[in-house]
Amino acid sequence: MANNNLGVKEQIQQNLQKRNKRLMEKAVPLLLFTAAFISVLTTIGIVLTLVFDTFQFFRKVPFWEFFTSTDLSPLGKDPSFGILPLINGTIISSLIAMCVAIPIGLTSAIYLSEYATDRVRKLVKPMMEVLAGIPTIVYGFFAYSFVTPILTYIIPDLGAKNVLSPGIVMGIMIIPLVASLSEDAMSSVPNSMREGALALGATRFEVTLKVIIPAAISGIIASFVLAVSRAIGETMIVTIASGSSKNFTFDITESMQTMTAYIVEFTSGDAGSGTVGYYSLYAVGFTLFFFTLIMNLIAQYISRKFREAY
Amino acid sequence: MNRMKQRLLLNNLMKHSFLFLTLIALAVLVILIVQVFTQGIGWLDWNFLTSKLSLNPDRAGILGVIVGTILLMVVVGPVTMLLGICTAIYLEEYAKKGRVHSFIQTNISNLAGVPSVIFGLLGLTVFSRMFNLGSSIVAGGLTMSLLVLPIVVVASQEAIRAVPQFLREASYGMGATKWQTIRRIVLPASLPGILTGMILSLSRAIGETAPLVVLGIPVLIMPVPDSLMDDFTALPIQIYYWTLDAVLTAEYANLAAATIIVLLIVLFIMNSAAIFIRNKFQKRY
Repeated sequence: MANNNLGVKEQIQQNLQKRNKRLMEKAVPLLLFTAAFISVLTTIGIVLTLVFDTFQFFRKVPFWEFFTSTDLSPLGKDPSFGILPLINGTIISSLIAMCVAIPIGLTSAIYLSEYATDRVRKLVKPMMEVLAGIPTIVYGFFAYSFVTPILTYIIPDLGAKNVLSPGIVMGIMIIPLVASLSEDAMSSVPNSMREGALALGATRFEVTLKVIIPAAISGIIASFVLAVSRAIGETMIVTIASGSSKNFTFDITESMQTMTAYIVEFTSGDAGSGTVGYYSLYAVGFTLFFFTLIMNLIAQYISRKFREAY
Repeated sequence: MNRMKQRLLLNNLMKHSFLFLTLIALAVLVILIVQVFTQGIGWLDWNFLTSKLSLNPDRAGILGVIVGTILLMVVVGPVTMLLGICTAIYLEEYAKKGRVHSFIQTNISNLAGVPSVIFGLLGLTVFSRMFNLGSSIVAGGLTMSLLVLPIVVVASQEAIRAVPQFLREASYGMGATKWQTIRRIVLPASLPGILTGMILSLSRAIGETAPLVVLGIPVLIMPVPDSLMDDFTALPIQIYYWTLDAVLTAEYANLAAATIIVLLIVLFIMNSAAIFIRNKFQKRY
């Protein structure tokens, strides 16, 4: 016995401590796993709440009508639930956002990764991070109270609520996402390829266009897809600046509602629990969830499958 | 030789147009900040920060809103930190690289891509209705915790991964158990990284609006909340309602701008703190 010089009391104490220690070693992983499992439970919770109440909804509104009707008036006397106006609003606002975010984001990425000196990069990157860190509600305020009035000078018959202004602002909000992900992809192209092309006499621009972009294309495209997913899921900018008109229209100077804005309008309104309108929230939410999930999976697939390994 | 000149010209042209487009994004940032400050700074004074909400724009203040935001963070902070760090430790130290590990990992990265408004629906169904928490601070805080959880998990994972293996092995060599090693070696060494992630996630939570609006926070003049079970309003929600109501009373837009200034200053301080911690305490091995 190693501890002969200890009294009985101390020995018992030590044994207890050892047992406690062994217990800890067993209990801790379990506790940690429980915590980790909460994130899985969250996903399950999201899917279950959406599926369950969507199911309730489709017992009252035919599936076919929901996805093909262009008529949405949840609070009317004879309520009708067609999601097409919302999908239309979502797609159009996202398209406008992409027209802003993709060109500017990609060129910023090219500039930062291929042209900029270290000093410029150290200055520009933090500013991009600030741009990314501004809450969307601030962008919403900016779109509504600054961008829309300015656009009215150019397009006189622009409505106070329209889809153009939040689309543009949403694009600006997404620029940092595209820029930083694309830049990561481009900077991970090995320098030897860059130098090889330069040594053959190519200019920087030719190197970028013919070597760097083709090599980084999977990361660049993945960043575009993620940007689309962000735009689809963006809520506050469109809620504030695009209004709540549920018309099925392609005129970007008019107010349109997106899926996200519908959810916000309806929950902060007076949809009582158990009404068809209340369940329609979940059907719209489910469609939104489905769209963004598909986009995210595509982005993951592209960046994994088509990655050129060097 | 002429062709060479052309190519160089094109290169130069593109370089400058790339720079120009990059500057556009930054110019918008400057315009946004200048516009908000010029509109709101006149309304931002001590009275605005210390009085209660009011329908009269001249008397309205955001004391209750600030208290609401602080109490919300009191819920979000500990819950997110506990869940986030535990998840990260489990994934980095305990989980064997295999199905369970990659399943949880994929799940977390997918959660990060779920729109915040969907988290609002989750909170509405589970916390507000099922657990009967209504639109209280607890309901809002728990919803927000789940939303920002992926940020903390990913940041903590990176911090834990950056702790060099030899520190762990030295600890095992001294006879320490796994949990002792994690508690006394790994966690202290990765604390700066974890704290940085924590602050960034809180700054996301402070600015996030959609989930709270979906929880159905009433538009009424809210009293200053004094317990975690009270209904509340927070900075972004107040900005939202004041921006909407600016159609009726134009001064509300200025109140919204003043509140935005407060929000941006808080965010600026938090992010500076995060950068400070990262630069000051992060050890490189």
